[in-house]
Amino acid sequence: MSEVSVTKDATPVADALVVLNNVNKHFGALHVLQDIDLTIARGEVVVVIGPSGSGKSTLCRTINRLETTDSGTISIDGKPLPQEGRELARLRADVGMVFQSFNLFAHKTVLENVTLGQVKVRKTDRKTAETKARSLLDRVGVGAQADKYPAQLSGGQQQRVAIARALAMDPKVMLFDEPTSALDPEMINEVLEVMRQLAADGMTMVVVTHEMGFARSAANRVVFMADGKIVEEARPDQFFANPRSDRAKDFLSKILHH
Amino acid sequence: MNVLSDNFAMFREGFLGTVELTALSAALALVLGTLIAAFRVSPVPALRIFGTAWVTLLRNTPLVLLFLAVTLGLPALGLKGWDSFWLAVMALGCYTSAFICEAIRSGINTVPVGQAEAARSIGMTFNQTLGQIVLPQAARTAIPPIGSLMIALAKNTAIASGFNVTELGSVQKTLNAASGYDIYVIFLWIAVCYIIITFTISGLFRLLENRLAVAR
Repeated sequence: MSEVSVTKDATPVADALVVLNNVNKHFGALHVLQDIDLTIARGEVVVVIGPSGSGKSTLCRTINRLETTDSGTISIDGKPLPQEGRELARLRADVGMVFQSFNLFAHKTVLENVTLGQVKVRKTDRKTAETKARSLLDRVGVGAQADKYPAQLSGGQQQRVAIARALAMDPKVMLFDEPTSALDPEMINEVLEVMRQLAADGMTMVVVTHEMGFARSAANRVVFMADGKIVEEARPDQFFANPRSDRAKDFLSKILHH
Repeated sequence: MNVLSDNFAMFREGFLGTVELTALSAALALVLGTLIAAFRVSPVPALRIFGTAWVTLLRNTPLVLLFLAVTLGLPALGLKGWDSFWLAVMALGCYTSAFICEAIRSGINTVPVGQAEAARSIGMTFNQTLGQIVLPQAARTAIPPIGSLMIALAKNTAIASGFNVTELGSVQKTLNAASGYDIYVIFLWIAVCYIIITFTISGLFRLLENRLAVAR
């Protein structure tokens, strides 16, 4: 298996928002992130793909420090990620996160899910927070469900509420950790459509996904990971038409022809 | 000759003594227990160690010994002038708090970790995450065992009669000494008083459980 050196032919980063520099992480003996260097520009949509266990979810979760790192630095908008405490909480408020399993607050209504962060973290008054929450819920198409509890919604609706909850904090960047992997096929598109719209509106996004269609149509850059390393980075058209590494060729041949 | 009607004032005083002792100890135990549970899941190692030590120490101490420690130990340490009722509240409250802490912690462990991750990722602090997201959901699981602990606490208050506190146990001691009454009848009426208290507690907790079950 020939290794192709990682090439960065995406646009040179003028306005870096998220910078990972030489990040390493181990889970016991497993070296899950190996010397990761990644720079994400403001307004850029980066899709991270790769086989399971390649470290892509872990990479996504290190960006808001839901996973700690062993070495290397991560900075967001020029500020290094604090270790813990209030500083970290403040920085996390600027980084939206959408999870595979939605993780909506089960004991709060949809509306409360979207207002809670605004009121408790941003100290917005309740009325303003509710107005904003309702308009965000309308934007993702679940405005009519505002007073229901998460368990009463379909998976696709829950994930769209989760996106609204993250957007309510006015994040600088949104992280999506396999946002459609827990959804029925018919619900995947409604979530992807919201994400496409978000990308079109200029949101900076890091998306870990298996949805190659989304990667093709919405990404500015595809990052291919395998075995804890970034193996290849390229524009989506180049990556899908002409992958350079054997690992990526192998991966694409398995998922694209069946 | 009826024990109850002859000594109704004494029974009433004893009953109210037990209710008061139970209520105040329960309040102390719930506040302390929640606090110690928060310590035990805190990211600060010193608090975790303190919480573990608190539970280990109190859960393994016989309650009578704890009463002795409070009534004899505290004055020896210079804390004089506490009346025996408040010393009993302290002993019962601290003792029960260790069990409450563990009931709450078992509830915390049933809340999916993703709930806390979601809270942290919108920038909530540890205290906000625990207070707004984790504890309210943990309560649903912790309420039934806490109900049992409250009933156990109500019965444990009887030990206080040995330490100069007026409650149902002391009624029995006084009436036995007064003689002339059938000892079984005295016990029967005292048992009835305890049944009233324990049924009230279990009723309250059933209400609480139903309320929390709806909110979801």
